[in-house]
Amino acid sequence: MLYAILCYDSEDVVHAWSKEHNDAVMDRLGAVTSRLAAQGRLGPTARLMPTTVATTVRKGATPLVLDGPFAETKEQLLGFYVVDCDSLEDALAVARELGAASGTAGAHEVRPLMVFNPSTLGEKTPA
Amino acid sequence: MSNPALDWIGTTLTAARPRAIAALLRYFRDLDVAEEAFQEASLRALRKWPEQGPPRDAVGWLVLVGRNAAVDHLRKQRGHVALDADDESALPDPDSGETTLAERLDDAHYRDDILRLLFVCCHPQLPVNAQIALALRIVSGLTVAQIARAFLVSEAAMEQRITRAKARIGAADVPFETPGAAERAERLGVVMAMVYLLFNEGYSASGGDFERRVALCEEAIRLARLLLRLFPAEPETLGVTALLLLQHARMPSRHDAEGQIVLLEQQDRSRWDRRAIDEGLALIDKALRHRQPGPYQVQAAIAALHARATTAAETDWAQIERLYATLERLQPSPVVSLNRAVALSRTAGPAAALESIALLAKPLDGYFYFHGLRGALLHQLHRDGEAREAFNRAIALAGSVQEAAHIRAQLETLSPTP
Repeated sequence: MLYAILCYDSEDVVHAWSKEHNDAVMDRLGAVTSRLAAQGRLGPTARLMPTTVATTVRKGATPLVLDGPFAETKEQLLGFYVVDCDSLEDALAVARELGAASGTAGAHEVRPLMVFNPSTLGEKTPA
Repeated sequence: MSNPALDWIGTTLTAARPRAIAALLRYFRDLDVAEEAFQEASLRALRKWPEQGPPRDAVGWLVLVGRNAAVDHLRKQRGHVALDADDESALPDPDSGETTLAERLDDAHYRDDILRLLFVCCHPQLPVNAQIALALRIVSGLTVAQIARAFLVSEAAMEQRITRAKARIGAADVPFETPGAAERAERLGVVMAMVYLLFNEGYSASGGDFERRVALCEEAIRLARLLLRLFPAEPETLGVTALLLLQHARMPSRHDAEGQIVLLEQQDRSRWDRRAIDEGLALIDKALRHRQPGPYQVQAAIAALHARATTAAETDWAQIERLYATLERLQPSPVVSLNRAVALSRTAGPAAALESIALLAKPLDGYFYFHGLRGALLHQLHRDGEAREAFNRAIALAGSVQEAAHIRAQLETLSPTP
């Protein structure tokens, strides 16, 4: 079974990290992910840019584009896509398309990636 | 903090500081009391958190503990029988009431609290340097020694500057009522200007060591992001944050190993901070969707064009010239016109640029960059005699050894005096 592990922390705190602290954390995380990669168990990983860079497209007949991250606690994270886009407009268009295709309520948060490491899983797919 | 295992407490306190002090200021309406209350709460955090671990809501914990400690202290001062300040069991457990506390301190409240705290530091009666020093001391929590080093003044002088600034604020009326929309926008504008000046203090200062200046720039970016989290849909807040990130990205390449200035054209672009650029570009994209241009957005758009050019030769000077023309309309100033002339020299040639700055001779007569640019344009037009005069004037006005050295290097390229 493939699992997604989602990271939550306070942005205020992470932004207060010194460069040295940030580097030390990344090194420690790197040690964990390298081991997983060596075992052929690591899928794609990413570090997101801050929520200040996020834009949210709320689904609906006329999708609503809002500045800021998705912040509704009554809806749950169901999945995510990583898409190569030329611009924010391009990314918003994809989000609208996904919204129209999935119907109902909910939203898509569009947030650029700061770091992206492709998968080491090869052909393995979820059962 | 000496113990690296306790680093997280220091970081958590730094991160919580603006929100916590802002909330305490609302309770006590007195900057000193709010600061002391936070100080007291921080001391207790250092005692309690190592064993208990961090509270789920660190800001809420600090506000509640700080408030109780300060109330207690004030009561004691007035001679009332008081709670024993050291008996923590006498304080309500900050973790138990977390939900209600979190609700009371919801983002809407925080937003006006933090804006007020920053706005108080920007009191119009305070000189700009004092505003920045005060914000660094109170909001960012830098020590007086750190701020003094950044401003290249003695610790005693900085201490005095900050004490005076606080006294002035104390004597003035601090606006505690919840601001209306227009007032909020006005406050935000004043605060953004201070954050931008703080950044420039680090970015433009030629003295002081590199590390300290970078620290000021990073602090400004932290404050800009804080403002942006509070006002995520303000195009100018998006713009100023983008601007700071895009400029900061060039920091590593602006001086050579000897500390000499390296012009944008000659900078090693591979040393630019790609992550900061990507974030800045993403923010300016968001800002432009609002179609409400403002000075910060235009400046960020200009910085974005430089950032997008992989080599100096690929710079889109025509677009930069148009953006400076827009900036001239939005925020007319001789310095903006001077910058436009730089772009104009690329699109229309040195003669046109020289003509465009003729009218600036008077307002910018005492401005280093005016004479530096004028000298360079005259040199390009093979009027080396006049160029020499302009460069000499620039050297006389140079604000630092590096600036003077930079012009001297250009003087050397001129044909010898006839």
